[in-house]
Amino acid sequence: MGAIYVMWLRQLKRYGRSPARIVASLGQPLLFFVALGFGLGRVFQAAGAGNYLDFLAPGIMAMSIIFTSVFSGMDLIWDRQFGFLKETLVAPVSRVAIMFGRVLGGSTTSTLQGVLVLLLSIALGFRPEHWWGVIAAIGAGLSLAFLFAAFGLLLGTLMRDMQGYPLVMNFVVMPMFFLSGAVFPLDRVASAMRLLAMIDPLTYGVDALRRLLTGSAQFSLLTDLSVTIALSLVLLLLAARSFSRMQV
Amino acid sequence: MSAVIEVEHLCKRFGDVMAVKDVTVSVEAGDIFAFLGPNGAGKSTTIKMLTTILRPSSGRMRVNGFDPVTQSYAVRRSFGIVFQDSSLDEDLTAFENMEFHAILYGVGKAERRQRIHTLLDFVELYDRRDSLVREFSGGMKRRLEIARGLLHEPKIIFLDEPTLGLDPQTRNHMWSYLQDLNARQGTTVFFTTHYMEEAERIARHIAIIDHGAIVAMGTAEELCAQTSSQSLEQAFLALTGHDIREEAGGGLERMRNLRKAWRR
Repeated sequence: MGAIYVMWLRQLKRYGRSPARIVASLGQPLLFFVALGFGLGRVFQAAGAGNYLDFLAPGIMAMSIIFTSVFSGMDLIWDRQFGFLKETLVAPVSRVAIMFGRVLGGSTTSTLQGVLVLLLSIALGFRPEHWWGVIAAIGAGLSLAFLFAAFGLLLGTLMRDMQGYPLVMNFVVMPMFFLSGAVFPLDRVASAMRLLAMIDPLTYGVDALRRLLTGSAQFSLLTDLSVTIALSLVLLLLAARSFSRMQV
Repeated sequence: MSAVIEVEHLCKRFGDVMAVKDVTVSVEAGDIFAFLGPNGAGKSTTIKMLTTILRPSSGRMRVNGFDPVTQSYAVRRSFGIVFQDSSLDEDLTAFENMEFHAILYGVGKAERRQRIHTLLDFVELYDRRDSLVREFSGGMKRRLEIARGLLHEPKIIFLDEPTLGLDPQTRNHMWSYLQDLNARQGTTVFFTTHYMEEAERIARHIAIIDHGAIVAMGTAEELCAQTSSQSLEQAFLALTGHDIREEAGGGLERMRNLRKAWRR
């Protein structure tokens, strides 16, 4: 328990101590809202698909959550370079506890980041359907964050330096984001595209957020959450196993 | 007395390089043991294997009766370590680094506060306890690292060049603390150093490693007698030669060294 708490608290403290990073990571979501939300909004509406900002807001919240949570997992690489990794490697606690604490810490901070983006979208005119939905959406955001923090952590245990980071962003995270239905509705795309979306784990996280915030969705909430949580646990165990094999 | 660290024919290969060729060494419980050797001789590699963070290519090890490869958890419960290079979290304060370590090692709350206070006082960092470690000088980080290694009062303590970059005051201070801990609790101290007079003064037993193998073992007097030298430094040079060694290391090691060079 102690190990989980400590690793979680550490991530939170580090997050709180870099306000510049918090503000900087609001830049990209803002750009998406402006360029897509206001740029494509009229076209979207003209096509009879409704208010684009309402459609987009959950997607951008999901985007911000996954980008920050993948990055938080890959923090492990910095720990390796700056030495703190060794402190955790020799600690007499279970590897799963260390990894669980880290993932929990990374997902807490990226969920906070997601909440900031949600507030930003509200400031830009987005109105969630119900206020209770917002609370539930934060919970769903946390499960999504957990999944991608575990994924980032698994990568962190496998990579020696940050040089692989752009590779991961460009060939894994960005495709996952764009294919997930975060920025366009899945019920109007070709079936091949839909198939790609179905095997993209982010699709279910976006879908859950959209259901809770706007009331419309492709899958049931049960499907969304079970896919997200099951995959999270698998990735957490893989990350813990890979961590226990790490050498310095 | 029984051996608390036993190593037999330990070997570690990195690709074509044999970092540790054949190390056989045994350390009695309650001993203060110096592990000496030129740069690149295999000291740190051996310590990494003993402390579970590197797997050997072959050979047998026992730390506190447990195998670091198959019983890593039990081994980790037995030792504390001060690494050669920093393992602090620079984005946390000195106090947080100490506290997190204490929690990871299951030191109870009341005891934790008191020990952290004592140890931070001891390394003269108590007044700076709420400063971020990134603001510390190299020497301060070193002191904090040592204080943290002593926090959970382990049965065995490994110190890999602990006094590098410390002033004589701090060095003396640290050794008297360790000697006291050794006398009071029978803590086994296993350390490496390049300061021969330090090893001569502090260690009860010494092993000298060169090119990945043990070349001599015994008390300082025995090593001097064996090489008909006046001091341990002369004995060390007689055993390991006068060539200057190059330390092998990957890009990361080079980067770290560069960082160190800038810091000092």
